[in-house]
Amino acid sequence: METIISIKPLIAVLVSICAVPLLILSKRSNIRETWTFVAAGAKFLIIISMLPAILNGNQIVYTLAEVVPGAAIKFRVDPLGMLFALVASSLWILTSAYSIGYMRKLKEHSQTRYFCFFALALSATIGVAFAANLLTLYLFYEMLSLATYPLVTHHQDKEGRASGRKYLTYILGTSIGLLLPAMIISYNVAGTLEFANQGFLAGTCSKGLVTMLLVFFIFGFAKAAIMPFHGWLPAAMVAPTPVSALLHAVAVVKVGVFSIVRVLTGVFGIELLSTLDLGLVICVAASFTIIVASLIALTQDNLKRLLAFSTIGQLSYIVLGVGLLSPKGMTGGILHIAMHAFGKITLFFCAGAIFVATGKRNISEMVGIGKRMPLTMAAFFIASLSIIGLPPTGGFWSKWYLVLGSLEAHQIAVLVVLLTSSLLNAAYFMPVVYKAFFCTPEESMFEDKVQEAPAFCLVPLMITAFVTVMFFFYPQPFFRLATMVVKGITGG
Amino acid sequence: MSQHYPALLVIVPLLSALLISIVGWLNKRFCFPIAVAALSVSLYSSVGLLLRVMDEKVILYFLGGWDPPWGIAYSVDHLSALVLVVVSVVALLNLIATQKSVEQEFSEKIGAFYTLYLLLITGLLGIVVTGDAFNLYVLLEITALTGYGLIAMGEDRAPLASLNYVYMGTIGACFYLLGIGYLYISTGSLNMTNISSILPGLYDSKVVLAAFIICIVGVFLKMAFFPLHAWLPNAYTYAPSAVSSLVAPLMTKVMIYVMIRLMLTVFTPAFTFSNLALSNSVVWLAVIAISMGAVLALGARDMKKMLCYVVIAEVGYMVGGAWLGNRAGMTGAILHIANDALMTLCVFLAVGNIVYKVRGYAFEDLKGMFRKMPYTMTGLVAGALSMIGVPPTCGFFSKWYLISGGIQAGQYGFVAALVFSSLINAVLFFRIIEIGYYEPFGADHGHGSSPVRMAEAPLTMVVPLLIVAGGLVMMGVYTGDIITHIIEPIIPPAIGN
Repeated sequence: METIISIKPLIAVLVSICAVPLLILSKRSNIRETWTFVAAGAKFLIIISMLPAILNGNQIVYTLAEVVPGAAIKFRVDPLGMLFALVASSLWILTSAYSIGYMRKLKEHSQTRYFCFFALALSATIGVAFAANLLTLYLFYEMLSLATYPLVTHHQDKEGRASGRKYLTYILGTSIGLLLPAMIISYNVAGTLEFANQGFLAGTCSKGLVTMLLVFFIFGFAKAAIMPFHGWLPAAMVAPTPVSALLHAVAVVKVGVFSIVRVLTGVFGIELLSTLDLGLVICVAASFTIIVASLIALTQDNLKRLLAFSTIGQLSYIVLGVGLLSPKGMTGGILHIAMHAFGKITLFFCAGAIFVATGKRNISEMVGIGKRMPLTMAAFFIASLSIIGLPPTGGFWSKWYLVLGSLEAHQIAVLVVLLTSSLLNAAYFMPVVYKAFFCTPEESMFEDKVQEAPAFCLVPLMITAFVTVMFFFYPQPFFRLATMVVKGITGG
Repeated sequence: MSQHYPALLVIVPLLSALLISIVGWLNKRFCFPIAVAALSVSLYSSVGLLLRVMDEKVILYFLGGWDPPWGIAYSVDHLSALVLVVVSVVALLNLIATQKSVEQEFSEKIGAFYTLYLLLITGLLGIVVTGDAFNLYVLLEITALTGYGLIAMGEDRAPLASLNYVYMGTIGACFYLLGIGYLYISTGSLNMTNISSILPGLYDSKVVLAAFIICIVGVFLKMAFFPLHAWLPNAYTYAPSAVSSLVAPLMTKVMIYVMIRLMLTVFTPAFTFSNLALSNSVVWLAVIAISMGAVLALGARDMKKMLCYVVIAEVGYMVGGAWLGNRAGMTGAILHIANDALMTLCVFLAVGNIVYKVRGYAFEDLKGMFRKMPYTMTGLVAGALSMIGVPPTCGFFSKWYLISGGIQAGQYGFVAALVFSSLINAVLFFRIIEIGYYEPFGADHGHGSSPVRMAEAPLTMVVPLLIVAGGLVMMGVYTGDIITHIIEPIIPPAIGN
């Protein structure tokens, strides 16, 4: 394995921040949107250009400044970070297109602010993906919390304020109250914050302290929405739908689980967790979240809220996969970062497209919508298959590996949780699809005339749906990256 | 020239103050440029001193050529050089940023204002540069007296608040003087280095013990360390905004400097931390100060009062950090002197700009402020993030060292208080940000253009604010360098990990 020193990771992080002044200065909205695309495209290309080196088993490193001895602002691109950065940056391009359709059709206010903070949020996301140590990760994690606040509360009304308050209370409260002390304690016992393949905490502190740190970290990353710190996610659904789509199905929540995966593997180390038998703590917290979130999702009528609770459940799959501490389980969990992202963003895009085209938010008002928006609902169907974990979609592979992992770890209880959850997923998604297509003409709430959302909304969601299917047949490069991550962690 | 920096930096503002008081009678327009010139000289000398100190360790300067212990000696080491730079940067930036607001608030008293302003800075710089314990008292009084005058220039309730401050400040100064008297009785010297070389043989003496405690209590009073804080909130709230943004960042910080000077130079760390079994109690007092400051800030109903209580909590940060008795804690405390001065300046300047435009600083005056004054609010948000402790702003890194120190010393109460205060700061500042961002609520959830139009403060007010805001990030990024080159040499090896 070679270590390449290159400034590329820094550029990948900064490119969208650099676009912000251009966005502000643009006089016309078309020029502004061009800059968004330029930044998104550049970001994606820079990240892609690092992919071959990573696939060849190298890593790319860049140190910006040594702020605290032993903890610099430093970037390192490894397979796990690469996987996440690829997902986030490719979906940013699609979401930008979708945003244009959505925001213009609804004539939203403060569009410049919206695009600026979106760009900032993406910088922060890539920063988290490429962080080489806990300090850098924390820096970008906080930056993401603050950059998304104006997006979540975009409408600036009373409801937005209440949700924004909830959002910050959960996210900042846990990151300052739990994460910060946990990070400083780790630094003081280990003298470093640098992520290592086997973790850096092993042999430095007692079991009691490790357990405490584990609890602090898992709940400190409240963006992962592990219960009981999930309340912000449904509340944040007041945001415009593109925000919910990218940030609350992909960037923000995935940053949460990504950070947890990073900390479990890079700070604690799989070996330490399995010798101290702490995987069980993680599995219990994650399993509880999976089941309860799915049950709550069953009761939702608002489509975006349903998707929010579905997200809460699915995020815990990833944590559960790593918590199993078995190679196959980890592969499944890490793969799920990518698979769930493409599936869930399609679902959010569909919800937004329905809102743009018909103004409807509730499932009970969507009877017969399949006749009005057949393409959108077809995409919705495909994406929900992926979330349930059925072929021919990418979601099948991650679930498959999770199931194998639970067998490998001899955790039959986890297997039961996974299968129950799949049934529950089907139970909350299939009625939506069924009612959209199969209803008598009297029941249908829409005229029998095809009228889809604007092309800017429709095309991105069809692309993501197509990619979801494609991943079933060709899950590369994500599968390759996931196996590389696991190989690196387990050392075999 | 450069060997006279220690004298220049005090004498230039002093003489300029006298000059301004005369020029002020003739033509008010000349006052401001003279003040800027004087403080620029101070800033130049301070930076020059800081650079020299990095090579020469300690710079001694004997006023009038009289050798100590008879004459007054100025002594500049890393600690004083750092604080000198902080004081002169803050004083100069604040001077420029508040020019318009001074003209608006008391155009007829401009001469008097700038005279007092420069005298105050003379006092503060003198306190930091002097190596003589009694001289320090004199300068302390100069600072205090000019401070009373400046604060009393404020709104209706300012004279009363100032009077209250006079009483408390005088008691504090008297305590300090009394302590120095005891030290003089037992050692026969007033020069700090001289005292500290004589003292070790006398550490068992009750007089020395009493001297230390009385001095420290006097300094606690001066820095508004809870529960001796009662004079501060009203004095700093009702003061004119140009004065609030000067005294809030500097006065308490310079008193922290005096405390650390007493702990490390006049007395030895061994005496401070080992002979006296006080560390634990002072850290717990700091815990109470931090928590009470945070809680009282929550109860405040206007921005200046709220920030005053935040300042009181921050004093607790530094006192606690310094008394933890380990390197990390002391590093955090010293780093926080610089960081806190800068971030307090940042938020007070932002409030000053708002006062300039809307003539009020109540929470309701913030409505629609993000549209009305976007740049000022950007500055306010930057200061707020630093106060909360979000990286990469500097507030995060001093908090990092303070918490590390707390963990190493096993003072988990202190750690908890710091985390608690960060959380409360988040609540405090986002409450303000919410008002500026959401209210007044539009009819159709923010669609359609709101009636609020942009009306930003003049450039001379906005640019210094944004410089300070940028400085918060720069200070954060360069934390590593500041610590290795400036702060590490300050802490004597006797303070272990």
